Amino acid sequence: MEYYSKKIIDRFLHPKNLGKIKDADGIGDTTNLRCGDLMKIYIKVDKEKEIIKEAKFETFGCGHAIAISDMICDLVRGKTFSEAVEIGYEAIAKEIGPIPPVKIHCAKLAQTAVRAAIEDYKNKKTKK
Amino acid sequence: MSKTYLDYAATTPCDPKVVRAMSVYLKKDFGNPSSIHGFGQRASMALGGARQSLAEFLNCDTEEIVFTGSATEADNLAIFGTVRASKVPQPHIITSQIEHPAVLESFRELEKRGVKVTYLPVGADGVLQAVELKKALKPDTILVSIMYANNEIGTIQPIAEIGELIKKVSPKTLFHTDAVQAANFLDCDVKKLGVDLLTLSGHKIYGPKGVGALYVKRGTPIGPIMYGGGHERGLRSGTENVSGIVGLGQAIRELQNPKSKIHNIRTRQLRDKLIKTILKIIPGSRLNGSIFQRLPNNINISFDGAEGEAIVVALDQRGIAASTGSACSSGSLEPSHVLMSLGLPEEVAHGSLRLTLGRYTTAQDIEKVIRVLPGVIQKLRKISGYGQS
Repeated sequence: MEYYSKKIIDRFLHPKNLGKIKDADGIGDTTNLRCGDLMKIYIKVDKEKEIIKEAKFETFGCGHAIAISDMICDLVRGKTFSEAVEIGYEAIAKEIGPIPPVKIHCAKLAQTAVRAAIEDYKNKKTKK
Repeated sequence: MSKTYLDYAATTPCDPKVVRAMSVYLKKDFGNPSSIHGFGQRASMALGGARQSLAEFLNCDTEEIVFTGSATEADNLAIFGTVRASKVPQPHIITSQIEHPAVLESFRELEKRGVKVTYLPVGADGVLQAVELKKALKPDTILVSIMYANNEIGTIQPIAEIGELIKKVSPKTLFHTDAVQAANFLDCDVKKLGVDLLTLSGHKIYGPKGVGALYVKRGTPIGPIMYGGGHERGLRSGTENVSGIVGLGQAIRELQNPKSKIHNIRTRQLRDKLIKTILKIIPGSRLNGSIFQRLPNNINISFDGAEGEAIVVALDQRGIAASTGSACSSGSLEPSHVLMSLGLPEEVAHGSLRLTLGRYTTAQDIEKVIRVLPGVIQKLRKISGYGQS
């Protein structure tokens, strides 16, 4: 397996979902304490159906971390919360190709960020 | 893909003269140096020639050279070999926090086995203060191992000063230095340095991979870590890698060529230009390690808001081969132990880029980095949301 596959490189160089959502409904901010990567996922929610309408990211990390952040934004778009929280390593690898073992934590980090964004939305909602 | 190679601290291409010298012993004179017939004797003579070259370079006797399969093996032999040969009941050994893993992991293993170990800190500039060592030396200190020049940040340690100090304060203590990165640029005269053991590598000096050497001063108590046919005066059994050793010998001879000095001056000029320009045109960048006590080919710079491996991958896509000493690439995920030892915050340690120049680096290579790097950093900062509110 190539350390950086073509698909990963492509996503890394040309991310589609980069940036903030200004009036985001939820923000998931996570850090991997061991490798130092920081990921921030912004989501916009269809409040009636509780579906993720839009997702964007900002990531401080390696090429895999950036490519995976971008990919997970694609994957959670149009999904219900219960579907979105289940999207992890396997779903990401299915789309982006095999991920080297040492980089699997990047996918876990992305999953944590999505879950945190959903939690953030729920917390804000209950406060209202 | 990559056309501009700026990773000479990782490895170097073989000098054409090295390749020519080696090929004779892969094909025509392929004999086993232990054989009595002509094939064997020609191979044995070749080993002698290489040994002579190393002895001249190090200003030592030929019998004080032990060829090994790598510099890692030479480091292991120096450390495990002297500790096991020591008669001190509770031995104590000293190294620095910024050593290459070949030394650091050997010390950690011995620590697990009950040997007392001191890991000396370095200053914020990456240079060890001899006074720190003086404080750490004890009556039962049997070995000090301090690298000559660091592989990540290129800082040069005051080996001669340390050697002198050890002789004065604790004359029985053995002194080892890993000179793998230093050999290209610095004086490796073992008498001037005051070392008992010194490690060299083939592939960092335009020689082949898979060969290293250990200088072992005559009379140094040391035992083997590998057993077999008793090659290399019993210190390293295993049929000699004849062509590799010949290649190492040839590479060492090339280092002594006056041309090599001229190359090194040019390398320093190109390096200084690149450091100055990067620090000037990319805000939020800083040089890691001393600017003065530094190998002339090393650049290690951190960029706020851009992660090291991402920078390396992006540069590779633009035809520049560089490296990062930190995180993820090594599989450990931990930030570079060297940068952390300088007291840098973790995010800075994660954002470092190492560029190491060499004999074949051109002014065009440097121009290319100056052209490409700012855009790469800018893009990664956009991805990380750095500098935005």
